[in-house]
Amino acid sequence: MNRVFQWCVTVLIVVTTLSAIARANGNEGGVNVGDSAPVFSLMNVDGKKVALSDFSSAKGAIIVFTCNHCPYSVKYEDRIIALHQQFASQGYPVIAINPNDPVTVPEDAYDQMIVRAKEKKFPFPYLVDETQEIAKAYGAKRTPHVYVVANTKDGSKVAYIGSIDDNAADASAAESFFVSDAVTALLAGKLPTTPLTKAIGCTIKWKKK
Amino acid sequence: MILYSLLMLLGLSSAGVDEVNLAQLQSRIYRGADTTYVVNFWATWCRPCIEELPAFEALARKRSKEPVVVLLVSLDAPIDRETKVEPFIRKKGYDHCQVVILNEPKPHLWIDRVDQSWSGSIPATLFVKGQRRLFGEFQFNEELLDSTFTAFHKEEK
Repeated sequence: MNRVFQWCVTVLIVVTTLSAIARANGNEGGVNVGDSAPVFSLMNVDGKKVALSDFSSAKGAIIVFTCNHCPYSVKYEDRIIALHQQFASQGYPVIAINPNDPVTVPEDAYDQMIVRAKEKKFPFPYLVDETQEIAKAYGAKRTPHVYVVANTKDGSKVAYIGSIDDNAADASAAESFFVSDAVTALLAGKLPTTPLTKAIGCTIKWKKK
Repeated sequence: MILYSLLMLLGLSSAGVDEVNLAQLQSRIYRGADTTYVVNFWATWCRPCIEELPAFEALARKRSKEPVVVLLVSLDAPIDRETKVEPFIRKKGYDHCQVVILNEPKPHLWIDRVDQSWSGSIPATLFVKGQRRLFGEFQFNEELLDSTFTAFHKEEK
């Protein structure tokens, strides 16, 4: 009897674990390429709200889920700034969003975002996703995680999901520039040839329930 | 005898971490049908990874007399091997785990080859025994790792 009980407990634990793993893997509630971009209105580091709809007159936007503390995000900071400088004037500005739980990572708290935005002179909005609902709506898993959205007559559509390029450690050694290529294709009226890429990154720090 | 102990000590504290590419890693974990491999992807810069590593060392220690290999695959940049990865492993004393550093550029080309369902976030863990495999992006504690491992290890085809 005791053995049976133990076995049941083990099975229960494993099933719970596996379903948690399955949830982590599935793009649960997340968007795919071609889907409508979830709308948002989030607090910027300047204390004002910024909404996706503020950019409806642009051609689209480069939405980057990123944060202060993650070494991968830090390595990409200058490249994210460069993307904004290259593409904002052509209608694709960067919108950075930090979804991390500041309880887990104090460096990612709102006041620290203000400090970082000033230090790096971010030329783009750096928004706090306090409830983490926007990251969930997009299906963002890691930082940095990029969503290029294009404004069409049917609204904002997701055109690219993934990484910025193929070399996080060394920008000068990168050979494929996924976001840049995707936006360049959209500007030419084409769909990105590589609409989805994977990359290593820091897991988004979800709030503990 | 003293010399021997000294050599042992030196040997234990060297914490040599081999550099492998994905093909080498895969040949290492898919070669033995009798051995259960627990392959954890981590990095010194990844906080949740660092938090769960003691659970992997505990598992490796508990199962050290069984055909079980706990392999910690560091995704740190290979340039950080001697300055970050080896000192970290030495400091923590993870003597029961095998540790390698993956030297494989262009993650978008190899993440799917580890597992199609992997988003690229770490920590991530792959359990392999013969043809059976279980992959998940999950932060383990000792209890959860133990129960997951036990179920995977025992399960027959």
